[in-house]
Amino acid sequence: MAEQLKQILVDGAWRQNTGLVVLLGLCPLLAVTNTLINGLALGLATMLTLMVSNLSVSALRGLLRPEIRIPAFVLIIASVVTAIELLMHAYFYDLFRILGIFIPLIVTNCAIIGRAEAFASRHGPLPSLMDGFATGLGFCITLVLLGALRELTGHGTLLAGAEMLLGDWGSYLTLTIIPEHPGFLLAMLPPGAFFGLALLIAARNALQADKIKRPARPFSNLSRDKLIGNTHET
Amino acid sequence: MNGTTHPVIRSGLLLGLIALLGTVLLTGVNALTHERIAEQEKRRVLQQLNAILPAASYNNNLLEDMIEITNEALFNHPAPVTVYRARMDDQPVAVLMAVTAPDGYNGDIRLLAGFDNSGTVLGVRVVSHRETPGLGDPIEIEKSAWILSFMDKSLLNPQAGGWAVKRDGGEFDQFTGATISPRAVVKAVHNALVYFDANRQSLFETDAKKPKRDNG
Repeated sequence: MAEQLKQILVDGAWRQNTGLVVLLGLCPLLAVTNTLINGLALGLATMLTLMVSNLSVSALRGLLRPEIRIPAFVLIIASVVTAIELLMHAYFYDLFRILGIFIPLIVTNCAIIGRAEAFASRHGPLPSLMDGFATGLGFCITLVLLGALRELTGHGTLLAGAEMLLGDWGSYLTLTIIPEHPGFLLAMLPPGAFFGLALLIAARNALQADKIKRPARPFSNLSRDKLIGNTHET
Repeated sequence: MNGTTHPVIRSGLLLGLIALLGTVLLTGVNALTHERIAEQEKRRVLQQLNAILPAASYNNNLLEDMIEITNEALFNHPAPVTVYRARMDDQPVAVLMAVTAPDGYNGDIRLLAGFDNSGTVLGVRVVSHRETPGLGDPIEIEKSAWILSFMDKSLLNPQAGGWAVKRDGGEFDQFTGATISPRAVVKAVHNALVYFDANRQSLFETDAKKPKRDNG
């Protein structure tokens, strides 16, 4: 069991990372990652949604009939997201104002219905919860990395606006990495998100390539073919 | 039917059950949070008001002492303008007007402008806008100090012609690459000031609008 859970974690967070490999949920991924904190907040909200929706779908999977499973998933996910939206509105008001429309739009993140269909409806509650956590973690890490990259190049800071997530003391966390940064507009606007995501995908592929090449014989072209097959499998 | 329920009906009932569960969840969460949400909204409005008018300079309840006026001809916008009236021991101190500039580069720019009783600008803040980031957004106080240039201005300082951006022969700076956003803001603030000057008396004497319970 422990081995299975570990495998789920690795699969969700790394091997089939939603943002970098499966490329689902790109709309929120690209839209809110102008700072690290924004990315982190949406990542956590998405992760929570994934866990609760996976758990609910898994618990109800005995009842669900194939012909109504998709509307049932949508109902469950929409309820969960609306509940999270209300809670954020009440307890993280500043953040809610910034993330605004992207909180309700978590519903449309295909990754969530994808995990409900592909995993939670076929597995028990515990593995499903783990799968939600792992997929959410992978997505959250991608959002945080992309947010950090864009904030650093665009503003020269990191963790700006942490007080919105953590309360007043969070404002001391803001790191000015590049003082007197003139502001790099391209990184802050949507094109910066595409460039940043492309860099992250490339970096992940490079890391993955190392991993796969090592056990293979040196000077072999085989590993490259393997790699291409691996990164595109679903 | 043979005693068993038709599969379509079963599926329908099942979906109904899931919808019911969702409704129960949301009703619960809503009951738990709606008071706090209303409070947060109120606190935010008050924060914005107090950024222009220090809380110590009045002692009435600003959020309840407000009226709505409509003057499409002057403001060039059909939406009503909310006017908050600040008083100290029932003496008029200042008004804060939530005006909308209709002619931003990307649609409406919502502003909050404060005028003291003699018609001098206490301050202006942008509440929301969709101007181009990096070009039009220095109208935000977080981005630049431009919006502070309205402070201490009045209808006579500068004269009417001076209430424009420099390119139009006025006194207010425009931004590199963006004239439309500051021009829209200057015009809206000037209109609000004109309205206030013409209606000063009646603005303070009109009975307060009953505050709405639901959406604050």
